[in-house]
Amino acid sequence: MWVLLWTDALLWLLVALGIAYAIYVRGQPHLLAPWHRVARSAAGMSSLVFLAVFIAIALLDSIHLRPRLDNAPGETRTVYSVEVLSTLDLLLTGLRTHTERTYSAPLATRAYAKETIEQPNGTVTREFPRLRHGGAHLQDEALRASDVTRRALAGAAWGVLAWLAATMYALWCIARKEHVAIGQAFRLLWRGDPVFPWRATLASLLVLCGLSGLMIALAESYHVLGTDKVGQDVLYQALKSIRTGVVIGGLTTLVMLPLAILLGIMAGYFKGWVDDVVQYIYTTLNSIPGVLLIAAAVLMMQVYIDKHPEWFPTTAQRADLRLLFLCIILGVTSWTGLARLLRGEALKLRELEYIQAARAFGVRGGRIITRHVLPNVMHIVLISLVMDFSGLVLAEAVLSYIGVGVDPSMISFGTMINAARLEMAREPMVWWTLTAAFVFMFALVLAANLFADAVRDAFDPRVSIGPRPATLAGAGR
Amino acid sequence: MNENLAMADELDTTPNPAGSNALLLRVRDLRTALYTDTGVVRAIDGIDLDLRRGETFALVGESGCGKSMTALSITRLLPENGRIEGGRVQLDGVDLLGLSEARMRDVRGRRIAMIFQEPATSLNPVLTVGHQIAEVIERHTTLRGDAVRKRVLELLDAVGIADSARRIDEYPFQLSGGMKQRVMIAVALAADPDLLIADEPTTALDVTIQAQVLELLKSLQRERGMAILLITHDLGVVSGVADRVAVMYAGQIVETATRDDFFRAPQHPYSQKLFASLPTTTKRGEMLDVIPGQVPPLSIDFVGCRFAERCPHAWDRCRIEAPDWTTVTTTAHCVRCHLREEKGAAPARPAERVGSRRADRERSDARLLEVENLQVHFPIRKGLFKRTVGHVKAVDGVSLDIAPGRTLALVGESGCGKTTVGKSLLQLIRPTAGAVRFNDVDLTQLKGEALRRRRSEFQIVFQDPYASLNPRMRVGDILGEGLSALAGASPKKEREIRIAELLEQVGLPAESRYRYPHEFSGGQRQRIAIARALAVQPKLIVCDEPTSALDVSVQAQILNLLRALQRDQGIAYLFITHNLAVVEYLADEVAVMYLGRIVERGTVAEVLGAPKHPYTRALLAAVPTIEGPREVLRAAGDLPSPVSPPSGCHFHPRCMHAWEKCSGEYPPDFGLSETSGVKCWLYELPGAREFARQAAELKRAMEEE
Repeated sequence: MWVLLWTDALLWLLVALGIAYAIYVRGQPHLLAPWHRVARSAAGMSSLVFLAVFIAIALLDSIHLRPRLDNAPGETRTVYSVEVLSTLDLLLTGLRTHTERTYSAPLATRAYAKETIEQPNGTVTREFPRLRHGGAHLQDEALRASDVTRRALAGAAWGVLAWLAATMYALWCIARKEHVAIGQAFRLLWRGDPVFPWRATLASLLVLCGLSGLMIALAESYHVLGTDKVGQDVLYQALKSIRTGVVIGGLTTLVMLPLAILLGIMAGYFKGWVDDVVQYIYTTLNSIPGVLLIAAAVLMMQVYIDKHPEWFPTTAQRADLRLLFLCIILGVTSWTGLARLLRGEALKLRELEYIQAARAFGVRGGRIITRHVLPNVMHIVLISLVMDFSGLVLAEAVLSYIGVGVDPSMISFGTMINAARLEMAREPMVWWTLTAAFVFMFALVLAANLFADAVRDAFDPRVSIGPRPATLAGAGR
Repeated sequence: MNENLAMADELDTTPNPAGSNALLLRVRDLRTALYTDTGVVRAIDGIDLDLRRGETFALVGESGCGKSMTALSITRLLPENGRIEGGRVQLDGVDLLGLSEARMRDVRGRRIAMIFQEPATSLNPVLTVGHQIAEVIERHTTLRGDAVRKRVLELLDAVGIADSARRIDEYPFQLSGGMKQRVMIAVALAADPDLLIADEPTTALDVTIQAQVLELLKSLQRERGMAILLITHDLGVVSGVADRVAVMYAGQIVETATRDDFFRAPQHPYSQKLFASLPTTTKRGEMLDVIPGQVPPLSIDFVGCRFAERCPHAWDRCRIEAPDWTTVTTTAHCVRCHLREEKGAAPARPAERVGSRRADRERSDARLLEVENLQVHFPIRKGLFKRTVGHVKAVDGVSLDIAPGRTLALVGESGCGKTTVGKSLLQLIRPTAGAVRFNDVDLTQLKGEALRRRRSEFQIVFQDPYASLNPRMRVGDILGEGLSALAGASPKKEREIRIAELLEQVGLPAESRYRYPHEFSGGQRQRIAIARALAVQPKLIVCDEPTSALDVSVQAQILNLLRALQRDQGIAYLFITHNLAVVEYLADEVAVMYLGRIVERGTVAEVLGAPKHPYTRALLAAVPTIEGPREVLRAAGDLPSPVSPPSGCHFHPRCMHAWEKCSGEYPPDFGLSETSGVKCWLYELPGAREFARQAAELKRAMEEE
């Protein structure tokens, strides 16, 4: 049974909006030009490769369903599980179901804590028990190192093969576009195409393919990043956290945008009392500590949810509503920055001559805003959107850490870090949960930041960088 | 020529180890390229220059021809994507292109100094004026401490800043535009450079200030014997200060000559066309000569003469063979043109026919627009509660009227309120008081829908063709906006036809409608802006400096277009400008504004032919013209602030005729004829005028002594 969660619907709406924007931009050369500049940036394209993978994972994780349970004998009614799964869960069924009893280190074959085990001969020993799944196929544990190496190399090799296939496809595309032979396309690519940074993009793709191949091969029979307290695979948790981060980063902007655009432009364009009111609202809002506001709102929401358990057939739906509410409250508190920028820009634009000319025609205010002001501030909106994304992912982690973020049952970077807090104090230390959360979040935020930089460089009219002479000399050859 | 020699003689007396006529700067085959998104732009393509000590060399050309790039290449201050591809630049025999960056920094400021166009952005706003000059002195000389301060004071005195002891500790915002440019010159002179590169040094200044700055540059050069490389687009400025002239076109120099030779008989067809496209009185009623087409993009490969496509004389040879230098008449006069090589020197430029001013057109009594005592005051708010503490009286009691189908020019320097007048007529700024009667309806009383309905009758064309078109809209949509806003919901098909008509009227191809503004040149953009105004068939167009951002040849095209539109459709213009040549060419009547008020009004012949008000006369005298100076009459000082205008007549602190009465009371309008009037106490009584004239003469005689 398909389940449509609120955040799923909104995330797909965001994707639809993105696609609609892309289609619209294709027909508008002046809007397309800055995107071409983004495509020319090596850092931008490399980070986009990683970002695309993250987003793909998040989207896979945003199609939810409740699997049908096997009918009990004599039961004719179809019964669905109360557990809501996503397509990502189904793909990762192995990871999800291969749970251990408790902690185990990355690639370990035995648990991290001693247990009392009754031997077949009746004696009772205390030892580190073998894991149920991690390295269970090994007869001799001494072979672990060689088995891991072999699997890792084989996986990486598969990854490289996949990369080679992608490269061939890219070559074929270049050859067809430029009407040259494949060999010549290769030379063109190797020397550095001035239009698209093929080398950088393919290099990051190689890293990505190699790493994923390695991970996939190892994850089959080991816990690559270890397991947590309840024995759940940490790699699985890290992959599931991506969706939470992307939802927060994406949906918050969806909430924030209308407020920021509408109020910011109105304040700047109409000036006078409209400006006074809007400015009053955002100065007041800004002077309330954001965390306090969010904490209050989220806790109130929690009480509300708890009072109406009958509304939520599954825990996933409860957690989802809380996530959505978190997005809304984050959006409500974070629109002020963009609104301020837009107000300033609108103040400047309204004095520009083409807007004066429109006023001389008696064009109405609303129409001037939609036709003249809005299209000319869109670059600012876009820049601040991509720049805010990484900030929001980090904000989620912080909020969940202090306990006012997402529902504790929902896996997110924040909840992972929160759990790791206690583990860090344990002796011997359990370091892998925190490391995994850190590495994944770092990769996501860095990719988003680098991409945001590329977007800002391309869209900011004040930063106009001509291609370096060397690149052009390459093109001339 | 004689002046040249005289100047050279004078220079011999100044101490100069290398001799006054020695070659200072030698540029050979300089080539500079810019690497841009669209390809390699060869901004300078083989330039040869020789600059001697103590001479002013003017580099003339329209925008985009590579003038500024030449200056930046010589000082090696090219933008990041620029690169010098070849050639030599020698300063006193030292190859500048071979120097290390560290050595080059010693050359900049010390040997070569630069002043830029915009004084407002060339000074650091958070440092005092004295500090900024001292910085250069300390960088390039061994002076320290009090000696530096003394030198700074000397420099400030040298550039004519009164009260230098006080000004030295002031910040740039406390100075006026003209004074900032003087400070910039002082910074440039701080280390006593051999070569001063002045890149459009007066373009951002008002004419009266421009005259002062040019005068200053000339006298500084006489005293110090430095060479000046003057980069300008204004032939009037060249005629005033240059010794030798080089004309640049599309990255090359096409003609070099001494000033006198050049102004007597320009040889290159491009130079000739530049002269022909200047608007003057004698061309009233005629179409101005225009150069068809536009400057070719410098990213293409040239085969023949670069001007061939636009040249009226071009023949086959011009298109296949690039012309080499040909010497005409004197050795100093060289030109790159096949025509001169084959046909010899061109005849002298026809002298301006003096006194052949065409009769003004018949004046009708009908009034399209009557403005009565228009006032626009902007409140100055201060303090916590934004209390109004005063008013900027941008427009303070302006009355004027325009007859249907005629042109009234509103003339004045920047800050005098002329643009505010234009905008408040259109109710873009609501006037504080006064009446604006358009066809006997007072627009100031109209509101909302009633005003909106009338808006089709008056439109506006702005100065900056880059800011006046929305970059995100296609030309067709830009033109359609007015149609849909005012002409109501006309059927789509009708609107399409109308847009095609408009484009044709302003001389743009029909397919322009599908393109975006950035694909057009400045002149074409201005045509689009005019078409947009025409869309609603207005009876009056306020033209706010419509040509001041354009090159002369393009200006001529726009003036011709405005003229043709007036003839065919009977549109009246309120032409707001500071360019008196354009006024002489185009306008029927003139009103001269000074600090929010009209000081003199009348027909063009009355006001510009025989100016009465001392301000008008100073303004006319300050305009550099290609015929040489008209009258030695300078307005001293700067335009006062409209926040606290001087008592009495606003002009009296700068007026050389002023006496006690002028500072006491603002003069009323003394009608001189049916059409003209002047607000000056000199014209109260005939006797007073005579008295003032004598007093002024006496004053002048005393000053000369």
